[in-house]
Amino acid sequence: MRVGVLCSTKWGTLDMVAQLTTGERQLAIVVLSLVALLGLAMAAAGRADPIGVHGFIVLAICCGLIFVVLGAYYAPEPSPERLEHYYDDPSKVGIVLTMAWAVVGMFLGVWVASLLAWPDLTFDAAWASFGRLRPAHTSAVIFGFGGNALIATSFHVLQRTSRARLPDQFSPWFVLIGYNLFCVVAATGYFMGVTQSKEYAEPEWYADIWLVVVWVTYFAIYIRTLARRKEPHIYVANWYYMAFILVVAILHIVNNLAVPVSFGHAKSYSVFSGVQDAMVQWWYGHNAVAFFLTAGFLGMMYYYLPKRAGRPIYSYRLSIISFWGITFMYMWAGSHHLLYTALPQWVQTLGMTFSLILLVPSWASAGNALATLNGAWHKVRDDATLRFMMAAAVFYGLTTFEGSFLAIRPVNSLSHYTDWTVGHVHAGALGWVALITFGSIYCIVPWLWKRERMYSARLVEVHFWLAIIGTVIYVFAMWNSGIIQGLMWRTYNENGTLTYSFVESMVAMHPYYIARAFGGLLFLMGAIVGSYNIWMTIRGEAEVAPESADLPEPRLASAPGE
Amino acid sequence: MNFDHDTVVGFTKSWGLFYLIAMAVGVLIYVFWPSNLERFHAAKKNILDEDDKPWK
Repeated sequence: MRVGVLCSTKWGTLDMVAQLTTGERQLAIVVLSLVALLGLAMAAAGRADPIGVHGFIVLAICCGLIFVVLGAYYAPEPSPERLEHYYDDPSKVGIVLTMAWAVVGMFLGVWVASLLAWPDLTFDAAWASFGRLRPAHTSAVIFGFGGNALIATSFHVLQRTSRARLPDQFSPWFVLIGYNLFCVVAATGYFMGVTQSKEYAEPEWYADIWLVVVWVTYFAIYIRTLARRKEPHIYVANWYYMAFILVVAILHIVNNLAVPVSFGHAKSYSVFSGVQDAMVQWWYGHNAVAFFLTAGFLGMMYYYLPKRAGRPIYSYRLSIISFWGITFMYMWAGSHHLLYTALPQWVQTLGMTFSLILLVPSWASAGNALATLNGAWHKVRDDATLRFMMAAAVFYGLTTFEGSFLAIRPVNSLSHYTDWTVGHVHAGALGWVALITFGSIYCIVPWLWKRERMYSARLVEVHFWLAIIGTVIYVFAMWNSGIIQGLMWRTYNENGTLTYSFVESMVAMHPYYIARAFGGLLFLMGAIVGSYNIWMTIRGEAEVAPESADLPEPRLASAPGE
Repeated sequence: MNFDHDTVVGFTKSWGLFYLIAMAVGVLIYVFWPSNLERFHAAKKNILDEDDKPWK
């Protein structure tokens, strides 16, 4: 049959390269060569410095990719008929990368969790110390797993909701591969001890500059596709995805303003200092939660949940109100990370107040999702994929309530610096982000690869229960641990001195740390089961796709909506 | 303008508040503007089109 269908029936790298036009293949080789040269320059300038090692890594990856492109360089030009289909190859690779990062990142998570229970698991190796493994875990799950899921699904949702094909076939690949290059440089850097010491913004200046280039391209793809849309109204999911891309760009640029020691040196110094640096960092940090881990995934929810349930979103108006509420309020909430610090009192109060008001748009979104399912509960019961999304909405509601609660100053005096924060983050990351992602992936995989269904519905069910039980064990362990910690640290005896030493509080944590590692292990096992199921679905036989289905608006002229 | 602490606080507490209220009012007007209702209704239905064909 035709090339477009061939690609969906036989999944191979060479087929994907053959989908590129000769011009796009040439552009790919030119860009890869330039980035490879950049890697060579980093290797030469850095020498023994970690930036030199990163130079070699960049060089090796780019050379490998050049060979991939050359492998199909002389393949025939793709048929013009491809323009009558959506361009999903980058989404497909993005989904596979999402699951690969999930397994790597969650494995690292189980390792760091175990390290807290059994400190010998660091094996006396510098690279395996807690301070290096921990950012490798957070970056792998947030940026590797979450980021790839967002990129892959955003390309899919964007095309369907605007009825337009992606504007070209090269830039999506640049975004996907460039982004993963950033993730690899970040993770390998941590193992070598490279870090800016800013939470969730650990990568050093050269990785940060590279991410800006990738991110601007990503935003441009969005704008260029929307400019060619057929539907005059931009569906709400796209607003969330665009807020995610735009705000993350702003946050990333401002928080990473730094001066490197030299061009051949990995280390840099932030342009901010003292409490300003802390405020900028947590303005970034909390909005990373808001726009990376919330807005983007709400975009996912507002598309895949109604699609899977076969019902329109309960209230479209409410989704718009929550969008502007979330977008506006979150910007001011970051200072709740700095309660009881040198930050001016009124800024702390501002952060606390906005964190409380934030509950309104957050619950509006969670409620909107659950109200959408009202009348389709039989589907939730029978279909684990939809149940993933329903549970995600529930966890989203619970976590945002907990977040507002923890931002209240006196509550924070008990919870801050304890495991309660860790539990809160994981209720959000596992319960909301990961569950909505897995639900969306189980929707999208059969659609993209033109399969009738997933390889095994039973394995989706197994994954669902492993994920739920793992999350619940994790969160309960950290609630117990965190509150005990907080209470032990503030208990005074009759002499007015602390009753418990810090070490005593650590001994009290031990059983909870074992429980947490076990909960994480269950969650990791679920991700492995899911990866296997997805892989078997991809390898299975395609159904015969009806010719007319799943087509973009055929015109190519750049006419905006109406 | 004297760019000191009190000025910034004053600006935030006055204009920041008006900005928030103006934005909230603006969003509510947009959401409840009667002629927008049809467009919102179409938007939420359209993504469910099962055959997902090009728009005629």
